[in-house]
Amino acid sequence: MFVDFFLSLKKAKVPVTLREYLMLLEGMEKGVADYNVNEFYFLSRACLVKDERNLDKFDRVFGTCFKGLERIGEDNSLLDEIPKDWLRKIAERVMTPEEMAEIEAMGGLEKLLETLKERLAEQDGRHQGGSKWIGTGGTSPFGAWGYNPEGVRIGQDQGRHNRAVKVWDKRQFKNLDADVEIGTRNIKMALRRLRRFAREGAAEELDLPDTIHSTAHNGGYLDIKMVPERHNAVKVLLLFDAGGSMEPHVRVCEELFSAVRAEFKHLEYFYFHNCLYEGVWKDNRRRYDEVYPVYDLVHTYSADYKLIFVGDATMSPYEITYPNGSVEHWNDEPGAVWMQRMLDVYSHAVWLNPVQESYWRATPSVQLMRQIMGGRMYPLTLDGLDGAMRELSH
Amino acid sequence: MKFEGTDSYVATEDLMVAVNAAITLERPLLVKGEPGTGKTILAHEIAKSLGAPLIEWHVKSTTKAQQGLYEYDAVSRLRDSQLGDEKVHDIRNYIRPGKMWEAFTAPERPVLLIDEIDKADIEFPNDLLLELDRMEFHVYETGERVEARVRPIVVITSNNEKELPDAFLRRCFFHYIAFPGTDTMTEIVQVHFPDIQKNLVRTALKAFFEVRGVPGMRKKPSTSELLDWIKLLMAEDIPLEALRSENRKDLIPPLYGALIKNEQDVQLFERLAFLNRREER
Repeated sequence: MFVDFFLSLKKAKVPVTLREYLMLLEGMEKGVADYNVNEFYFLSRACLVKDERNLDKFDRVFGTCFKGLERIGEDNSLLDEIPKDWLRKIAERVMTPEEMAEIEAMGGLEKLLETLKERLAEQDGRHQGGSKWIGTGGTSPFGAWGYNPEGVRIGQDQGRHNRAVKVWDKRQFKNLDADVEIGTRNIKMALRRLRRFAREGAAEELDLPDTIHSTAHNGGYLDIKMVPERHNAVKVLLLFDAGGSMEPHVRVCEELFSAVRAEFKHLEYFYFHNCLYEGVWKDNRRRYDEVYPVYDLVHTYSADYKLIFVGDATMSPYEITYPNGSVEHWNDEPGAVWMQRMLDVYSHAVWLNPVQESYWRATPSVQLMRQIMGGRMYPLTLDGLDGAMRELSH
Repeated sequence: MKFEGTDSYVATEDLMVAVNAAITLERPLLVKGEPGTGKTILAHEIAKSLGAPLIEWHVKSTTKAQQGLYEYDAVSRLRDSQLGDEKVHDIRNYIRPGKMWEAFTAPERPVLLIDEIDKADIEFPNDLLLELDRMEFHVYETGERVEARVRPIVVITSNNEKELPDAFLRRCFFHYIAFPGTDTMTEIVQVHFPDIQKNLVRTALKAFFEVRGVPGMRKKPSTSELLDWIKLLMAEDIPLEALRSENRKDLIPPLYGALIKNEQDVQLFERLAFLNRREER
């Protein structure tokens, strides 16, 4: 019945399966959606979408699929199949009481719908402008983008005069699409992927299965066994690019930082500028006085730390590949060497880039850095963060 | 059996359709949404409106799926065996039914709330697949089978801390409670405080949405916080004038502690207020 709709959802990368489709049909059969377009929309949404990130995609597909009403003009046999109630319900939803009164004055809704059917039957082909035929941009009561107050809107994304905005056209879930919004809470959620619970430290908890097991071995005399408590054992080393071209990304980096701080017990963070060289610092205001040598970093934090770089990697390629390339100081060894030194120690490493992924190609230094990272550069969006965390937890 | 909201809960049309679909098709309903939008309360209200008993199972990070079915109390059996208690010979004395068992054997159709399923281990939902699908399970210790007499109405809430497995999602209806707009919010406030003056609601809501709209807030206030705040405003008898922020002198609303829960956010507001004052000068 709705196979086309189902397939277009699939095409739009909304993960739907046959099971969910059958569930929808079962729901229709049992009359959950009362032959009303809106309720059908709600029901199909509850059945087919299982993640708020897909809601917006679903709305878009629903919008285009049910634009199908347009085709009715081409095939008159379909005409009788639109239940009048549907049309009336749409009309009731769309029009204000005053407009309804106006229509009553002009012969009532029944008449309007009657005329619509007649016109649909008379008309063949697409029509635009004019004042009688169903089409776009005219003053006839039927069609889209018109001005007649009692117009019946047929197949149009959004009412131009805000009269006929249907629920799915509102696209109220746009912000939940994974590529768009990022906020502290969302970041925290993405970071939780990295949680790894491990038993480490002092034995404080009673290990019940082991106690029972060894008691049985002991001939029934109690032999108590203890284990350490489980806690998040992931250790994170965070290196932020600070200043210069990073200014526009301050907000998102701040959010990331506060989320990271809340999420990990073992977190160390340092700043660098543009590219990593021999020194990093902890306080951006005192960056010239309190430089922490990268060699010390490597020796202090063990190799099981997960390394995360945050930076736009946008600079002159010389800053990465040549000695003395740094814009700020005299560096004896090129940045690439220092990057490699870090990567040799920390096998779990990613680079998070706040610059939109589509712009990466345009900047040679981003490409270069990505190469150094072995492709492990991710955009600072929820999807990117998710991918990065997956990479780190391998 | 049809759910149409209650006198203390405003259900939007889409929520009603989702709940009714879950009731009619006897499948679990998964509810997600921002914290404080009434996910847990929903189960309470469904139970209330249908007159069904409510069984709550609050999931924690240490909860195991098995605990919802039953637990075998090995420790008491061990103790009893050492004391030579007669009870020890029947294993049935040490099987404690969990919440799902309770729901399956309830005399009338209950509402089972599995709260914050995402708090548990990643395997947790997978371990419940069959039990939720067929509404039956097997007790290994005694060899008995527990089957649901009537399939309970299952409401599952999630805070999105972990992604749920696809196989689990396929078996559920899903509803995302979007943050209510001004109209729905007015209705919600009316339901909770029927005697409140109209203009207080309007000004309070305006202030509330303004606070929510401030860019860069760490934790945006939610519905439950708004209700707490209004309760406070009514209890303290704050004059309307204090709420109106037209003069822009104090951007921070009175009794802000109910709305802003984070010292960084308070600082943000103080900074904004300071900037505003400076502009006026």
